[in-house]
Amino acid sequence: MELIVCIKRVPQTAEAEVKIDDSGKDIVKDRLTFDMNEADSYALEEAILLKEKFGGAITAVSLGTAEAEDTLRIALAKGADNAIRIKAEEFGELDGYKTAMIIKEAIKDLKFDAIFTGCMATDDSYYQVGPVLAETLGVPHATLVSKIELTDKKVHVNRELEGGLIEHLEMSLPAVFAVQTGINEPRYASLIAIRRAAAKEIKVLGKDDIASEPKLNSTLEELFVPPVGKRAEFLTGTADEVSARTAEIIKEKGLI
Amino acid sequence: MADILALVEHRQGTIRDITYELLTYGRKLTEKTGGKLTGVVLGHNTDRYTETLKKHAHRLVVVDHEVFKDFNAETYQVALVDIIKKENPFLTLIGNTAFGIDLCPALATKLDIPFTTDCIGVEIADTRVKLTRQLYDGKMDAHVRLSDSSSYMLTLRSGTCAAEEGSLAAEIQKIDAPVTNQPDYKKFIEYIEAAVGDVDITKADVLVGVGRGIKEQANLAMIEEFAKAMGGVVACSRPIVDANWLPKDRQVGSSGKTVKPKLYIAVGISGAFQHIAGMKSADTIIAINKDPNAPIFNEADYGIVDDLFKVVPALKNKIMEMKQ
Ligand SMILES: Cc1cc2nc3c(=O)[nH]c(=O)nc-3n(C[C@H](O)[C@H](O)[C@H](O)COP(=O)(O)OP(=O)(O)OC[C@H]3O[C@@H](n4cnc5c(N)ncnc54)[C@H](O)[C@@H]3O)c2cc1C
Repeated sequence: MELIVCIKRVPQTAEAEVKIDDSGKDIVKDRLTFDMNEADSYALEEAILLKEKFGGAITAVSLGTAEAEDTLRIALAKGADNAIRIKAEEFGELDGYKTAMIIKEAIKDLKFDAIFTGCMATDDSYYQVGPVLAETLGVPHATLVSKIELTDKKVHVNRELEGGLIEHLEMSLPAVFAVQTGINEPRYASLIAIRRAAAKEIKVLGKDDIASEPKLNSTLEELFVPPVGKRAEFLTGTADEVSARTAEIIKEKGLI
Repeated sequence: MADILALVEHRQGTIRDITYELLTYGRKLTEKTGGKLTGVVLGHNTDRYTETLKKHAHRLVVVDHEVFKDFNAETYQVALVDIIKKENPFLTLIGNTAFGIDLCPALATKLDIPFTTDCIGVEIADTRVKLTRQLYDGKMDAHVRLSDSSSYMLTLRSGTCAAEEGSLAAEIQKIDAPVTNQPDYKKFIEYIEAAVGDVDITKADVLVGVGRGIKEQANLAMIEEFAKAMGGVVACSRPIVDANWLPKDRQVGSSGKTVKPKLYIAVGISGAFQHIAGMKSADTIIAINKDPNAPIFNEADYGIVDDLFKVVPALKNKIMEMKQ
């Protein structure tokens, strides 16, 4: 099977202090750590599992700056066979749509049975790359995918809906799957594999390799700190003092 | 005269709440633009839907056919491309739900109109559309502008607007189904209900919600003991279920359970909107998180900014003392 996985390197902001930079349109990134987008690591694992079962090869693709090559090397270490970086620095502002259209140009000569993406990226929170890619390639898609089972010529696909309800679809390949977290258990790359991946070649494509620059659907005008609604009453002091106060509050509510 | 189209979302024979939020939001936008709000219903035996929807829109465009009973992005797209081309609305509103996420990006790409996803605010000025979106784990908001066009599309996050009763009387226009079979390459088969376990977190008065801040599965024992001391039950955020540390039926949030306990203690949970959606109706919310900027503190009544590994054992001891 020929498999393609789209991977994005994103800043890890869940536990970090996030500040707006001087442009007013981006965040200060120099003190943040970066990693493979969470859902993408599940997408990669799903492709590796299929490869292990049915054979074939995986191409990992990332539209990113040079640092994204580190993330691609992790993908190579885990089980991808080839890697392509598309130079994000040559394309100016990006949104989910434009990203998908650029990736399409970069992979249009590759044969594929399935393309995997994460269902969304935690930095810009678009849910677009998978389904736009599918539409522009003329193949069906499923988003929020929580299970993929390949039998004969058909693929049984589960999508996770609200409240944990599952939608079971029957699809055929080729198709694009935008994978939800939790679908599998992403493996860790071994140290030996990481060392080996360091020597592998990453194909780098630029603007000149893309037929035409896709348009942007949306332009970011400004970033701002979300307005705070009802803010918590903060309990301060030592862990002991805070706990005593919290226990009192719980008792006042009649819950102890 | 900017007309607005809103897609009606239904599942298993019931109109989903997001539909009324979209219709309310769309109605408010048309009050400003002077345009008309049209609800689009693709479904089967749609009279049961249109009866309640009538009040909420100026018009309803209805395609009634068995093929639309359950959602399939392929068949829905065929019908919607026709409808949107014909109606040529200024703006099409879709929920940012499992339905909208699957539908909108490909549909707008097919129609070649500017779109974006997961909006929490929409402003229309003349022929332009300015949106508010949330980035970086909810720690930043952004204003974005859609590229100039005569027709736009977006998905709106649920909870952006509270649903209100309408007082309109929609004119109903039925149109023929442009597609009558699901394609071989993508067929809806069935719904599978989420598995039920031994604990029903929706029934508990006290819930201790644990998140990724717990770091390791082994540390869950501390949370179990804490919950036990409180006479409560352990619930969790999605990453804990993704890691298989707790079963799916313990997950609170949009893709898990909606809970309304008397007390919800969020431990090491950042407060992503998908999590908040499942617990915001708790009577009292206490959050323990070492990050003072964690969005959970915008939802909590009481906040403790500290290391959970210090606070949880201390709090457990205080509660044990009090009980004696
Ligand atoms: C379609 C979709 C549906 C989703 N549905 C759900 C859902 O139903 N429910 C859900 O929960 N999520 C859901 N999510 C995921 C959601 O977006 C977040 O990723 C998730 O809620 C984050 O979980 P968390 O807060 O535990 O982890 P994180 O966001 O990683 O936060 C961990 C928190 O722990 C704190 N912390 C770390 N160490 C400590 C310490 N020692 N002491 C104190 N605090 C500490 C950090 O400051 C941080 O705030 C969904 C996502 C998608 C795309």
